[in-house]
Amino acid sequence: MGETPHRSADAGTGGTRVTQSHEWPAGASARVAEAPVSTRSPGGTGLGGGGALPRSRKFGAERAFRGLTLAAGTAVLVIIAAIAIFLVAKAVPALRANTENFWSYEGWSPNETEPKFGIGALAFGTVLSSALALLIAVPVALGIALYLSHYAPRRLGTALGFLVDLLAAVPSVVFGLWGRDVFSSPVRDFSVWLNQHFGWIPLFGGDGPFGASVMLGALVLAIMVLPIITSLSREVFLQTPTANEEAALALGATRWEMLRTAVLPYGRPGIIAAMMLGLGRALGETIALALTLGITFGISFNLIQNGGNTIAANIANAFGEANETGRGALIASGLVLFTITLIVNITARAIIYRRREFTESAA
Amino acid sequence: MTTTATSHRTRPPAQPDSLRAKRLPWYAAPAIAVAALALSAVLVYGTSIGGPVLVVVLGAILYLVGLFAAANAVEGRRSARNRTWSALIHSAFVLAVLPLVSVVWTLVSKGADRLDVNFFQTSMNNIGARDANGGAYHAIVGTLEQVGIATLITVPLGVLCAIYIVEYGRGKFAFAIRFFVDVMTGIPSIVSGLFVLAFWVLIVSPWFNDGRPSFSGFAAALALSVLMLPTIVRSTEEMLRLVPAPLREGAYALGVPKWKTILRVVLPTALPGIVTGVMLAIARAAGETAPVLLVAGGGAAINTNPFENNQSSLSLFVYQQAGDASKYAPARAWTAALTLVALVLILTIAAKLLARRNRLSR
Repeated sequence: MGETPHRSADAGTGGTRVTQSHEWPAGASARVAEAPVSTRSPGGTGLGGGGALPRSRKFGAERAFRGLTLAAGTAVLVIIAAIAIFLVAKAVPALRANTENFWSYEGWSPNETEPKFGIGALAFGTVLSSALALLIAVPVALGIALYLSHYAPRRLGTALGFLVDLLAAVPSVVFGLWGRDVFSSPVRDFSVWLNQHFGWIPLFGGDGPFGASVMLGALVLAIMVLPIITSLSREVFLQTPTANEEAALALGATRWEMLRTAVLPYGRPGIIAAMMLGLGRALGETIALALTLGITFGISFNLIQNGGNTIAANIANAFGEANETGRGALIASGLVLFTITLIVNITARAIIYRRREFTESAA
Repeated sequence: MTTTATSHRTRPPAQPDSLRAKRLPWYAAPAIAVAALALSAVLVYGTSIGGPVLVVVLGAILYLVGLFAAANAVEGRRSARNRTWSALIHSAFVLAVLPLVSVVWTLVSKGADRLDVNFFQTSMNNIGARDANGGAYHAIVGTLEQVGIATLITVPLGVLCAIYIVEYGRGKFAFAIRFFVDVMTGIPSIVSGLFVLAFWVLIVSPWFNDGRPSFSGFAAALALSVLMLPTIVRSTEEMLRLVPAPLREGAYALGVPKWKTILRVVLPTALPGIVTGVMLAIARAAGETAPVLLVAGGGAAINTNPFENNQSSLSLFVYQQAGDASKYAPARAWTAALTLVALVLILTIAAKLLARRNRLSR
């Protein structure tokens, strides 16, 4: 199905009459519609017998349509490049005005006459909360996916899978609101308990107040990315060839051994893709964290004391009162976030593309 | 693959017991569970380190350990592993259901407080901290307009891009486009908001607005388009690949040019799948808060013109009410959240049903 009919544009279909009578689906612009009319009009000579196909036209509908799709494809590359260019263009003046080291200063006051801001604490908070969230969510999500695909009765599995898909579509602001209004009090109780009994571990130390902490943020994030990872990996698990599963069972494998030897290896690229997608969501998550974290600017591994901050949450919180330099500073922090997610995504895609020969449809 | 447990209970009479592997009796698992709970209750209350929640958690851990030990002694290591993993997988399911049910329950119970006609007919204009009413009309208008414009921009662009990737693209350039569409899926929403802020609000919009940057619903639509584009390209691409090759070849054999084959044969065949993808993308875009917060400004009054002045949206309304100190704000936030979730879920359910009815893959 390559380029075969390229030369025979308009050959057998009656050309203009037919083309004009068709309605045009969305996306075909006026430019395309006019093309065959204008090129067809001068004479229409040269149509002979079997071998005499019309010559390939320079401005035919085929070329116009092809050009249009090429332009749309190029638009993707242009947009990605434009994101990088415009963010850099707006970030550089603010970075020049910064009187502290952008990488190491722990604080964010870019609106003063001597702007001071640093990305270190924010980037640390972003990575810490996303990593924690993924650490909690991935095992649970894989467990649910395996339950839905291989343990639950088929009808129940399908119905619950549908529900999980729906939960994956719930907007993050709803999870943020729930985390702040409902979930924070059990987490506070749990934090106090941890502090009482495990206070000697630095992670759970401190004198409070507890509650609006990295732990709350990470848990809310985990609950948020859980349906996404579950829904993707469940689909991958369902695609395991039945022959592989039955072969494992026929050789005497228990159900867990069947999952470990047939299902999990088959789905590995899909699992990696799902994890990376979840990580991307967690890294870029703004509103849920802006609502649940107690905003501070400092690098600390304490999980339960009020505090924690991320690049995205800081943008949402500080944007309201930002002046020109403040906006530039926020854009600079967004550039750092963009770079982090770009690296994560490109790595994930490279892994998936390299493993694609193993499972074509899993990714 | 369904069940192996039941087949063992009705044992065929021909098989002597000595040939069969030993198995734990059926009452072993519940007995271990009860014992584990009792032991954990004694431990927790004896040392007074926690409450009933800790009893359950510790009990679950003890149950897993006890089950593994018992099965290991009677049935062997492989079977013990199988039982433990199965129990772990089931508990993962229970563990995850609890918070998700809580989210849904809170949403419905708290959201019902302000679910009245007034909420859908009024805006927040001139609503002070002590006013109990006020609604989300302006936000609903904003959401619909922004998502509508974003859809108008993205659908033609995304479908044409997918056509290029599937039908025309060859070699490294097409591969690069595919690769970057995948990468674009992972761009955080706040970054797309910052991009439109830097590009449209701060650089382009002053040209139309006497040199002052202007926030607008259209800017929000642009930011949402950046988020919707990769989703639509990916789903359309997958659908176009599923169109059977004989359909294309039949058209070519009749002398139909390629562009017309694509527009008249390939696209109509793939249409239900494409519509599904578009609806899922719309549902995702409708729930985005961060980009709207950055570039639409968010006003309290009704503004039906997306090209001028601040506009709000449902998700932004939720965020703003959540940060409001008024004691009536949380109820408004929850009702708006319920409205938003209802809107998104209706779109998602419709998309899934459509996908189920017209299945191209077979």
